[in-house]
Amino acid sequence: MPYEAWKDNEYIESLLKELQENGTNVIVGTFDKLINWGRSNSIWPLTFATSCCGIEFVSLGAARYDMARFGWEVARSSPRQADFMMVAGTIVHRMAPVMRRLYDQLAEPKYVIACGGCAVSGGPFRKSYHVVKGIDEIVPVDVYLPGCPPRPEAMIYAIMQLSRKMRVEKFFGGVNRQEKIKDFLAAHPEESFDK
Amino acid sequence: MANIQEKIAKLFPEATFEESDILLVNIPDAKWHDLAKCLKDELQFDQLVTIVGMDWKEQLGAVYYINCTANNTQISVKVIATGDREKPMLHSVYDVWAVATLFEREVYDFFGIIFINNPDMRRLFLSIDWKGYPLRKDYDDDPALNPVPKENERQEDITYSYVEDEKGKVTKKEVVVFEPNDFVVNIGPQHPATHGVLRFRTAVDGETIKKIDFYSGYIHRGIEKICEGLTYPQTLHFMDRMDYFSGHHYHHGLCIAIEKAAGIEISRRAQVIRVLMDELARIASHCLFLGTYCMDLGATTMLFYTLRVREQILDIMEKTCGARMTFNYGCIGGVMQDLHEDFVKDVKELLAVLPKNIKEYNELFIGNVIAKGRLENIGNLSREDAIAHGVTGPSGRASGWACDVRKTHPYSIYGELDFEEVVYTEGDSMARTKLRIAEMEQSAKIIEQLIDNIPDGEYCVKVPKVIKLPAGRWFQMVEGCRGTFGVYIESDGTTSPFRLKLVPPCLPLAGVVDYITQGHKIADLITIGGSLDYIVPDIDR
Repeated sequence: MPYEAWKDNEYIESLLKELQENGTNVIVGTFDKLINWGRSNSIWPLTFATSCCGIEFVSLGAARYDMARFGWEVARSSPRQADFMMVAGTIVHRMAPVMRRLYDQLAEPKYVIACGGCAVSGGPFRKSYHVVKGIDEIVPVDVYLPGCPPRPEAMIYAIMQLSRKMRVEKFFGGVNRQEKIKDFLAAHPEESFDK
Repeated sequence: MANIQEKIAKLFPEATFEESDILLVNIPDAKWHDLAKCLKDELQFDQLVTIVGMDWKEQLGAVYYINCTANNTQISVKVIATGDREKPMLHSVYDVWAVATLFEREVYDFFGIIFINNPDMRRLFLSIDWKGYPLRKDYDDDPALNPVPKENERQEDITYSYVEDEKGKVTKKEVVVFEPNDFVVNIGPQHPATHGVLRFRTAVDGETIKKIDFYSGYIHRGIEKICEGLTYPQTLHFMDRMDYFSGHHYHHGLCIAIEKAAGIEISRRAQVIRVLMDELARIASHCLFLGTYCMDLGATTMLFYTLRVREQILDIMEKTCGARMTFNYGCIGGVMQDLHEDFVKDVKELLAVLPKNIKEYNELFIGNVIAKGRLENIGNLSREDAIAHGVTGPSGRASGWACDVRKTHPYSIYGELDFEEVVYTEGDSMARTKLRIAEMEQSAKIIEQLIDNIPDGEYCVKVPKVIKLPAGRWFQMVEGCRGTFGVYIESDGTTSPFRLKLVPPCLPLAGVVDYITQGHKIADLITIGGSLDYIVPDIDR
């Protein structure tokens, strides 16, 4: 990613503006705007951490980086109450089905951030016999966040990117995204739980 | 040491001896259990530090490191497994050292060595359907054999034990983990209070815990196996990713081991910098412990107070090391970079505010009547049990066991420093918590002594570009934030280790949870687990 791209935070919005140039339905458009505004400003994370990145997530919640400023501070321990899952840490073979189950338990609409090198690609443990080489083998990912571990600032950036994505859900998140997820889930079928 | 050697030679004429950094006894498997008993009962070697499983290609076996807590001498024993590679066997010593039950399971998991008489011969980290034994030299790591599982792991409620009868015939016996009428509650792996992805299957009677069966491996990354394919400097960076609070300590341990083996003398400046970083990291780690522990117990605010100090320390580290968590600062021959110019000033600022903060922690939490009610006399662990279960670090010291490696086997410049080893005798959760706060004060004392006396010199001595270790074996222990961290290196004379065994302090800590919680209420499991302060990626490696 070129360095300048970090400064270009409004590209999604400008894209949206361009798409809406020809006007939009007054009622549906307004509701969309309202819903997306509300949704994108209170995304609740699932407390899910396997290793080092989880500690940076704790720092993110504490006073210095204070994610409460953005409406993300309500970290839920139950996936049924959370909106997105920050996969913070390495996912290994034994954890993979557990993580998939957590993802399935999240209520729609749900989002995933792959946080840290390990979740993105296996990171330093890519050569290992027991590590999943990127969580996108198991769940669909919305935002990839590199780093080992990513600094809390980078985590803020990643979640802000996610909330920007949510704000344009009508075009990029709605039908398109759901179809993509449907394809993904068809390719990665959910096996029977609780045998 | 010669005395011990004589005694063993007299009692066990078949034993042979090898001199390396720690005396090594070779003993045939048939006599191993007798020798273990003799070591424990007559020679007072009461702490089993670790069991290093080994695959020497033509034979499998294990190297045991045993410590005597009375006079801190160490001895190692090498036993070669009997039987072929299909079914190699060793005799278990679980009845001599309780912690061996767990260590032997680990060796079984990685090497497939069966321990005769061990009551629980299940895999520890890998799932029951895993094919092959990953740390064997001929392991086939083809992903098609062990693909990423798509369905839930198969669960078995039975474990196996291999029992030997009088004639020496070994039979496999099924052992049921829980009794048929037990009510088993599953806690974890996704649970905010297990401090990571650890799983407890808890049998309860009403609210009282009867038995806990702990499962780990949810973050097992196979660091030891990856290291075998890397050069020595490359292996270092994994040290930050095990116990991520003790990154500096673990680097320190591995660096000392490699430097000892390669015969590299490092400068005094580098030693002082390493010790300074270790102690800063210890304060930061204990701060985070206190914060998250109080959060587990429901006192959320404490986290904000303790992270204040931690962030200040991370800033100091960041200026010098360039990272907040995975510092990768120690290197063979010294440290990566010189100290930042603000280092001394920043550390002095920290030392100025630390006593005030510690006072605040004591007032806010330790003196709190609710905290007292929840912590005092919960999870008592006696000194003997701590030694038998290998519970080192602050948790061991809270049980009255002076097990600080900085004092017992001084390394680097710790021998010259003036600090106290804090030891409490209560052995309950409160003692473990208070002890960590007291240790923060001691760490500050060490830093105070050193901060004005950082000697000039090079921060990293010149080392050969390609580091080759001579053939041999080395063992080094350091004091991490959570206990004794050990490194075992076996070299065959090449640039990468033949075997690199990392001895995590947290594995025995998690292993003792079952023993310590029996009879307590299920809510106390969180209290006790939190006070032991294990880090799951450290258990699993």
